[in-house]
Amino acid sequence: MYLADQIRFNWQIFVRHRIRTGLLLLAVGLGVASVILLTSLGEGARRYVNQEFSALGNQLLIILPGRKETTGGSPPIYGTAPRDLTLEDAQALARIPSINAVAPVIAGTTSIAVDSLSREAIVLGSTPAIFQVRQLEVSQGKILPDRTRSEAMAVCVLGAKLKRELFGHDRAIGEWVRAGGRRLRVVGVLVERGESLGMDLSDMIIVPVRTAEQMFNTPGLFRVLIELAGNADLPRTEKRIKEIIRERHEGDEDITLISQDAMLASFDNILSTLTLAIAAIAAISLLVAGILIMNLSLISVSQRRREIGLLKAIGASSAQVRQLFLGESLMLVSLGSLAGIIFAWSVVLVIGRIWPVFPMAPPWWSMPAAVGTALLAGLVFSWMPARRAAALDPVLALRGQAGQG
Amino acid sequence: MIELQQVSKTYLIGETPLRALREVDLVAQEGEYISVMGPSGSGKSTLLNMIGLLDRPDSGSYLLDGSHTERLPEEQRARLRGEQIGFIFQSFHLVNRLTTLENVELPMMLAGVSVRERRTAAQEVLAQVGLEAWSGHHPNQLSGGQLQRVAIARAIVMKPRILLADEPTGNLDQASGREIIAVLENLNAEGITLLVVTHDLNLGQRARRQIHMVDGRIETDISAEAGAGAKYVPG
Repeated sequence: MYLADQIRFNWQIFVRHRIRTGLLLLAVGLGVASVILLTSLGEGARRYVNQEFSALGNQLLIILPGRKETTGGSPPIYGTAPRDLTLEDAQALARIPSINAVAPVIAGTTSIAVDSLSREAIVLGSTPAIFQVRQLEVSQGKILPDRTRSEAMAVCVLGAKLKRELFGHDRAIGEWVRAGGRRLRVVGVLVERGESLGMDLSDMIIVPVRTAEQMFNTPGLFRVLIELAGNADLPRTEKRIKEIIRERHEGDEDITLISQDAMLASFDNILSTLTLAIAAIAAISLLVAGILIMNLSLISVSQRRREIGLLKAIGASSAQVRQLFLGESLMLVSLGSLAGIIFAWSVVLVIGRIWPVFPMAPPWWSMPAAVGTALLAGLVFSWMPARRAAALDPVLALRGQAGQG
Repeated sequence: MIELQQVSKTYLIGETPLRALREVDLVAQEGEYISVMGPSGSGKSTLLNMIGLLDRPDSGSYLLDGSHTERLPEEQRARLRGEQIGFIFQSFHLVNRLTTLENVELPMMLAGVSVRERRTAAQEVLAQVGLEAWSGHHPNQLSGGQLQRVAIARAIVMKPRILLADEPTGNLDQASGREIIAVLENLNAEGITLLVVTHDLNLGQRARRQIHMVDGRIETDISAEAGAGAKYVPG
């Protein structure tokens, strides 16, 4: 019997039993689509995090004040320090040859006002190095002047959104804003950019680090961002940084170093595992589809008893009958999978259109895994009905009576 | 060509065993026209199924063309059924979703004959039973007599040497029954071995060889020179 003949034969059955076929296609299609869609969400989250990290620049090292003694747990973003990490510490680190740039950061919130317009905003106290490290650019004006590396100055750079809200379409460069009781002259406006690691940079004001120290009355840095030279040896640089801090902090190594790679790797790990787990959960729907296939196939076998008897009488062997029924299931599952894949991809594309920030895409393994699981479920669950059909006694089947197994 | 030796078959109907065939001996030559008659439960259908390789004997042997069939694996028996034997049933057993032509092609499709070859063959046999104009119709558009003629076309499309008919006129009116018998006897005249199981005495007596069965045994086996040419009156 030719494959083409079998496909046509099964196709005629599908056309004849449209509702049954439709339901099965729906069940298989939804199962496959849910596996692909859910894994796409997981993969999207992973890519989103990757993308955010690479937006930070390639070789980034973050120093937090205070030491996290335990491993595991959440990343020590808000460690408390026994000894402050100071601007002088940061300047000392800048002398390590394998370090390109050091950007000390003091962060706080205060109200920013222009005339009677006032808004709460995050203040980022830093040096011109922050523009290099975080890859920030100004669309108007300049970045912080070089003098602000070590001196307080009454200047600031506004985020694009903050500028819009305070000045509208008016010119902001050269104007004065009041921030935490100080008057600062606007020297630049940042290029419009999306979020970066959850911080909306367009909603910030960047001031000289010394100015921020005075503003918040603290000598301690919130963190230090370090950009490594392209050929830097990460472990050796880390060691150098710790040595310098130990010297400056009377023998205490009270900082935490987070390399971008380490952070990225652990996020990547978590999200990949999560995606796999989600896929396994979604695969349950394929199992349900398989059980549906089994039930409907069993009904189909008993309804088509006479036909099976006839096929045997006119020369079909048991193997051929089994093959026909298994083939029917496989064909159904293939069609359902195809429908599911098409549906899932359209959803992914539509979501990509309306939410372009989130890079939703199925991981490479999700489609073969979904279709493979569907085919396997189809095969396993139609095995019993197919065997029952193949074992039908043609004589009894032709009379429309119960077979004897 | 057909040779049954001491064939026995027992069925279990619930708890009670039913001896459908008891040590039946039967030899049939190529081209014979045999009718098998007898009351219900006398084993005539079992005999037909046995000859048609649908059933296996519990004991005894069935030789087809001199070779034993009872121990052949199922695959080979299926192939022999497809190539050597054509079945005709009381209730036609056509597949409703397929057209007339596709129904006739079915045995060739199972045997793996190419589309073009089997289309020609199917059209040929449909013409032979006078239904060439109905090849695109579905079974629910045909009359009983036409359905049985389609079934006959399907039974002979593989050019079998044995034609087994189980009450072929049982579901038909007189006129259609007469037509069907004429078609079958024509085929027999062309050399096919014809075996008809029937309740109908008028039909049974047309055969050159008449077998009466009672309680799983062949009671009488008469070869008569009557039949051919006599007018068939279904009863």
